[in-house]
Amino acid sequence: MTAPHELGAAADPRTAMVLAGAEEGGSLGRDAWRRLRRDPAAVVGFVLVVLFVAVAVLAPWLAPYGPTDTPGQGTVTPTNIPGPSAEHWMGLDNLGRDELSRVLYGARQSLIIGVVSLLLGATVGILLGLLAGAFGGWVDNIVMRVVDMMLAVPQLLFAIAVAAMLGQSLTSVMIAIGVTNVPVFARILRGSMLAQRGSDYALAATSLGVRRRFVVLRHVLPNSLSPVIVQGTLALATAIIDAAGLSFLGLSGSDPGVPEWGRMLSETQRFLASAFHLAVFPGLAIVFAALGFTLLGESLREALDPKYRR
Amino acid sequence: MLRFAVRRLMQLVPILLGLSILLFFWVRALPGGPAVALLGERATPEKIAQINRLYGLDRPWYEQYLSFLERAVQLNFGSSIRTQRPVTEEFLRLFPATVELSLAAGIFAVGLGIPLGYLAARRHTTLLDNVSVTGSLIGVTVPVFFLGYLLRYAFAVKLGWLPATGRQDSREFLDAVHPTGFYVLDGIITGNPAAAWDAAKHLILPGIALGTIPLAIITRITRASVLDVVHEDYVRTAEAKGLLKRTITRRHVLRNAMLPVITVTGLQVGLLLSGAVLTETVFAFDGVGRFLNLAISNRDFSVIQGFILIIAVIVVVVNLLVDIAYGLVDPRVRAR
Repeated sequence: MTAPHELGAAADPRTAMVLAGAEEGGSLGRDAWRRLRRDPAAVVGFVLVVLFVAVAVLAPWLAPYGPTDTPGQGTVTPTNIPGPSAEHWMGLDNLGRDELSRVLYGARQSLIIGVVSLLLGATVGILLGLLAGAFGGWVDNIVMRVVDMMLAVPQLLFAIAVAAMLGQSLTSVMIAIGVTNVPVFARILRGSMLAQRGSDYALAATSLGVRRRFVVLRHVLPNSLSPVIVQGTLALATAIIDAAGLSFLGLSGSDPGVPEWGRMLSETQRFLASAFHLAVFPGLAIVFAALGFTLLGESLREALDPKYRR
Repeated sequence: MLRFAVRRLMQLVPILLGLSILLFFWVRALPGGPAVALLGERATPEKIAQINRLYGLDRPWYEQYLSFLERAVQLNFGSSIRTQRPVTEEFLRLFPATVELSLAAGIFAVGLGIPLGYLAARRHTTLLDNVSVTGSLIGVTVPVFFLGYLLRYAFAVKLGWLPATGRQDSREFLDAVHPTGFYVLDGIITGNPAAAWDAAKHLILPGIALGTIPLAIITRITRASVLDVVHEDYVRTAEAKGLLKRTITRRHVLRNAMLPVITVTGLQVGLLLSGAVLTETVFAFDGVGRFLNLAISNRDFSVIQGFILIIAVIVVVVNLLVDIAYGLVDPRVRAR
């Protein structure tokens, strides 16, 4: 944190603010980066996330078959579903499709659902948190009561209710998870802004006559964002798991051309005893993707939170 | 203390009112509106008009809301399209199963999580600590239904040690009586220990699957909390006074470290009840969650609405009780 006397040293308070902000942001960022590079958990998380995104983007080039191709047609019967082999690394599914290709394509759905629901939840949540944090008083009161109410319903049940209302499709799943993210982001940003509003640099800016809007948007908000970034990374992990859960319950509808990990798991339920590989690979894919974001998020939290700097 | 409890109770009112508004509009936002939701595939324009008149859906929305509230307070959520029985009746029939499962999961999570977290903190930076930290990170990322599959495959399909699905072996215990709906308890009170043991065996795998995420969370919070407390001045003072290590652990470390653990454990109730939807589906366990899943695939909206509202109320009330319990244990909370 910048000491108040440094702010007073520059003639123009705005210049001082900008300089102070830039200097602080730079050092915080550099410091965080240094910590992250040294943290093995962060490196593992980063590698998993990069791998996941790369697979999602490059699926059509990486996958040996299309998601609906049936190379195993004719050889596969309900009692004989071949497992992993040199030709099909993850085996075939009950319809003779290549499991590896479907798992690779499945990364796309998880990434899209994760990113879209995060953007939706974070945007609305940040706006609400900003409203509550910047205005305080009755605005804060109303926003926070709505947030409390939304948080009262367990997240997965809330998502089920929203997705059921919107009808069974991947879009409903994205919106449902996005909506359940709103209260979390709103609460975190508001809390963080309240803490920053009382800080020395914000008081200094206000007492120097800088307009409230400027103080909030230029100084308080950027300094309040690090918990939001951490939450965003962790929310991606939750979104991937919850999306798989909602799909598992049949809320993402059914479109054979669009493989989705949760749905793949749900479809294999009947073949659990005869073709266990159909449950293992999509399941592990979910675990690794979610683990990547969790490790990265936790490491980011440690790198950005001054409490951990011992 | 009473004032604290009353104040916390009062905070419940706006939350519950808000929830009712949310669910009221939820039904109205359903595709085709509540009449179609209620009629399902049997909906014809005449029938829709009839239902709209019958349920007063042609009246202004605030009048509708008040009558909805009146019915909700009486726990009247209509009937299930699938079974034709009142939603509340179905919930009450299935709830003991879910409570039994959640209790099994809770015992697994608390019984293992607290000692594990405590040991990890006391053996900070040793192998045990690292394993518990890594384990709890992985624990929160394994989806309940995937873990359920793994457990089912390993212990039921391959090893055959434990039953794969259901609540009780119906072939063997066809004549078992269920006065309370809690199968383990029923076995004990009706003098049928074999039935109780069978029901308990059916709880092990789903209990572990459902309890793993809470276990990971409780282990982490216990470890962090104990680590915080052992560095407090009062612990150092106690050590300097020459108190026995056992006394310090019991009186100073554990008592203070358990406070956040109680809160977090209370918060797991919501996680358990929502996780039950997935776990019960994987293990074909006949509880609230599985019924809710069937309601989703049948677009049985009265059930979805009623069940979610009742579960939300239960979660809110349990959280309130935890808060009050917290106030009882820690006088500092009451003062706030």
